[in-house]
Amino acid sequence: MSEYFKPLPKPSPTSRPFWEAARKHELKLQKCGACNRFIYYPRDRCPNCFSDQLSWQPVSGRGKLYSYTTVHRASTRSFADAPYVLAIVELDEGPRMTTNMTVPQDQLKVGMPVTVVFDDVTKDHTLVKFKPA
Amino acid sequence: MSLKGKAAAIGIGELKPLKDPGEETPLRLMANVAAEAIADAGLEKKDIDGFLVGMPFADPGMIYPAAAAERLGINPRMLNVVDIGGASPAGMIWRAAAAIDAGMCNAVLCIVADLNRAGDQRVPTVSMQREFEAPYGMIGANCGYALIARRHMAEYGTTPQQMAKVAVDQRKNAVKNPLATFNDKEITIDDVLNSRMICDPLHIFEIVSPVSGGAAVIVASPDIAKRSKNPPVWLLGAGEYANHSTITYAPSITTSPIEVAAANAFKMAGLQPKDMDLVCPYDCYTITVIVSLEDAGFCKKGQGGPFVAEHDLTYAGDFPCNTHGGQLSFGQPGLAGGMSHVTEGIRQLMGRGGARQVKNASLGYVNGNGGIMSEQASLILERRS
Repeated sequence: MSEYFKPLPKPSPTSRPFWEAARKHELKLQKCGACNRFIYYPRDRCPNCFSDQLSWQPVSGRGKLYSYTTVHRASTRSFADAPYVLAIVELDEGPRMTTNMTVPQDQLKVGMPVTVVFDDVTKDHTLVKFKPA
Repeated sequence: MSLKGKAAAIGIGELKPLKDPGEETPLRLMANVAAEAIADAGLEKKDIDGFLVGMPFADPGMIYPAAAAERLGINPRMLNVVDIGGASPAGMIWRAAAAIDAGMCNAVLCIVADLNRAGDQRVPTVSMQREFEAPYGMIGANCGYALIARRHMAEYGTTPQQMAKVAVDQRKNAVKNPLATFNDKEITIDDVLNSRMICDPLHIFEIVSPVSGGAAVIVASPDIAKRSKNPPVWLLGAGEYANHSTITYAPSITTSPIEVAAANAFKMAGLQPKDMDLVCPYDCYTITVIVSLEDAGFCKKGQGGPFVAEHDLTYAGDFPCNTHGGQLSFGQPGLAGGMSHVTEGIRQLMGRGGARQVKNASLGYVNGNGGIMSEQASLILERRS
């Protein structure tokens, strides 16, 4: 694997289960035991009801493409290999995620169904990306 | 409690933005623009007893306000950094009025200055943004606004031509503004759409250019304002709101917190959008103006595209908007880009718009926008005849 220069996530106690699941190619989100909402990104308390009764649950990995852009010129040198497709996906379980689409934008349409792809960018890091379903 | 009529802007200072700052420093720019604003208000430095400042990215530091005030030789009775991104300057105005109304001080210097070079992304980000945004390339503002524009096009049918029209009309305004960075010639919709694509669908002519500069406003008590050499421009209403930082987690990426900020500002003023003689909505991108005009109530939600296409946004038009050229043509000297909407609103209402003066302007709407349509600060300003 060639060297990887882009920013990598540094898990915290709050977020570690998310990245450990991604490493195993599983998508898990926190779910609030009080108001039953799914949560992304990982929190210390439910951003809706402030309960601390949060548990990690596997989710479908399916959602809809909420918006996307092809970044032709990136703001930082770490993404000097632009273009890349930056996207927001709305998961079937509710939360939205910042992500990348793995196909060019001529194959994309706002609202289209998408499904998760796990990208092992280094031997220790897996990013959660999406492709058309 | 209301801030209606409790304080007025009585002086402004604004430096012509520099494309190449050379050996300039933010504090040096701050000293120059402070002197200009204090003189414009007809005050002396010793009269300034409140100090609100933006933290320059080019020379940041903790416990910043006292350091900047010391350098200027100001001894404030109220001092703070306002840190709500591009909304900071508008946010300073109502905070100054609130401090004056509370009896804490009488004349507040609201000041921002910075050096801003293309390609620099020195803004320190918070841990979850480094963890969940940066790895995917959600870095800087361009991509966030491109995501808004794409979704706005899909939800409401907004077109690239409608977005480009904002840049075209504001450039017409800039041509009459000697301080604007881009004021040499008008541009066309085709010029905008043929300019380089940066973050699809946003072209480079739809994106602010980083420059260096500074701006300042003096907000004063009614007692001082009544003796002012300039016609006082009174704060009639203010509202502020934020409901996200990263755009992904906004309740809607096409409806901004301006909805709440503007509604509260108009409610405080007892006025409506249709009462305004000019508007200065923060414009880091063309789509920002369209979303801002919708959410502030100048047109129906989703109709911002047709609205800007059908109205003449120039100083001589039926809907004067960003008559200084907006940041898109004025340039973005860091936070002073956001002050340019405030200074232009005040300048026009004082009747000092020069070749771009809006006729009979007595009421203006100003909005400051921070981050990716995150922090919003709306102001209603009035010159009383």
